Amino acid sequence: MKVFIPSPLHSYTGGRSIVEGEGRSLTELLTFLDGRYPGVRFRIVDEQDQVRPHIRFFVDGEMAPTIRTPIAPGAEVHIICALSGG
Amino acid sequence: MAKRKGAAKGKKAKKAGGPAKDGRAAKGNATPMADNAIQPAVPSAATAAQGAKPAKPAKPAKAAKPSKAAKPSKAAKPGKAGKAPRAVKKTAAAGAKRRRRGKPRTVLLVGTRKGAFILRSDPARKRWAVDGPHFLGSIVHHLVLDPRDGGTLLMAARTGHLGPTVFRSSDWGKTWKEAAQPPAFPKVPEGEKGKVVDHVFWLTPGHPSQPDVWYAGTSPHGLFRTTDGGATWSGMHGFNDHPMLQRWVGESGGTPDGPKLHSILVDPRDPLHLYLGMSGGGIFESTDEGSTWKPLNRGVAADFLPEPNPEYGHDPHCVILHPEMPDRMYHQNHCGIYRLDRPGDVWERIGNNMPREVGDIGFPIVAHPRDPDMIWVFPMDGTEVWPRTSPGGRPAVYRSKDGGRSWKRQDSGLPKGQGWFTVKRQSFAADAGDPVGVYFGTTGGTLWASTNEGKRWQPIKEATYLPHIYSVTAVTL
Repeated sequence: MKVFIPSPLHSYTGGRSIVEGEGRSLTELLTFLDGRYPGVRFRIVDEQDQVRPHIRFFVDGEMAPTIRTPIAPGAEVHIICALSGG
Repeated sequence: MAKRKGAAKGKKAKKAGGPAKDGRAAKGNATPMADNAIQPAVPSAATAAQGAKPAKPAKPAKAAKPSKAAKPSKAAKPGKAGKAPRAVKKTAAAGAKRRRRGKPRTVLLVGTRKGAFILRSDPARKRWAVDGPHFLGSIVHHLVLDPRDGGTLLMAARTGHLGPTVFRSSDWGKTWKEAAQPPAFPKVPEGEKGKVVDHVFWLTPGHPSQPDVWYAGTSPHGLFRTTDGGATWSGMHGFNDHPMLQRWVGESGGTPDGPKLHSILVDPRDPLHLYLGMSGGGIFESTDEGSTWKPLNRGVAADFLPEPNPEYGHDPHCVILHPEMPDRMYHQNHCGIYRLDRPGDVWERIGNNMPREVGDIGFPIVAHPRDPDMIWVFPMDGTEVWPRTSPGGRPAVYRSKDGGRSWKRQDSGLPKGQGWFTVKRQSFAADAGDPVGVYFGTTGGTLWASTNEGKRWQPIKEATYLPHIYSVTAVTL
């Protein structure tokens, strides 16, 4: 699947804004991404598995309420750094 | 001894965030050294803020061994200029001589709301080369040199969007490596509310006998430790799960920018003997390397609480112990300036000796690296709604040479009016030069320096327009 990476995380992906990911849910995808880009998961999901306050995940255009959200084969996932101020 | 090298001319630092299979090396926007940078060779380092080299590295002690700090110190007599133990003095004198021979330079490690900066002085501490920003846009709460090897930096960082982490550099910021396991609270079972580290606020190198140990304090209050130089961090169970912790810190959300655990102090004579401070909690002591803790707040005012003399719940802003006379402690509190000479356990409010119109409210406090009786504070306005700015818009440092019995205003070179400075608790530091250089950074982004122990101040012209300054650490190389 295609995963769209916001600029604050480009230092983890070698500057790439789109990377390939795997997983049947966001939980699995995050595990996959953290294996390939160590440390990235904790920057966007806290130790209680909650998505950090200004981060959002969209799966095929729909905002995912939790990281347990399933991902259909071939879906696109956007990780968004939410606008939260001026 | 410092050695002046050619700068990194044409030698680019490893490009930040280069394709990283392992993902951790050189992340962020580490920048190449400035062309005119003075690059230190680093066989040894002394840092006043973090404690200079102890005279006598303590042997790793057994867990049950009572703290040596419990013994009365000959030198630490309340209200009297103390003498450091002989062995300590000898080492300090040798260090000073070595530094004089080598034309020492000062390095300032500066954490800001928008990244980190490393400033290197010439031998006169008049001209400065600025290296940075490192991690432009990241909020850097603390940037600290490891005095045990004189070359490793640890940095506590986060961004507005991304969670907190710790970076390490062993080449003075050319490359950085992120912690594989940053400080984090344990995950709780589904349905329960667990604690989440908002930011890593404080970093303290461990005892010299434990070269890879560091401590970290977080917001909300949490104490963490690494034994591998900062790669993996674990919560300190004896503190984080202490049955009294919730009562110590109360139920409120803490201070406006989040409750902080700060001022983690390691007794240079004994690795088992630790202190820490908590904003909205108080000062606590452990003599068993953090397994158990007890409050150390007697004599400290807490005039914001209904009970005037509580055992805990106080609001220390910055706590220090003198590296060469570790029984001498000072702290700047929400309610005044205090001194404590161990094994005593009642703090004396030495801020009562400050001019009444200035008061004794502030955030940082700094000690002279070789004279336990000399300290500096930066008073701020703590009236009514707590502006946290220089009283009357007339910024000044106050220095005591007698352990707080008397104070002298030091404002030469600082604005005479309309100077509404705010200096945070980590943004005031002293180097180990002779005379000592004293430095503070304002939330307005200006670094101020005095090369004569506060007699005369001037802005560091190369660092007048930095971002909001969070922390300043001074190192003499």
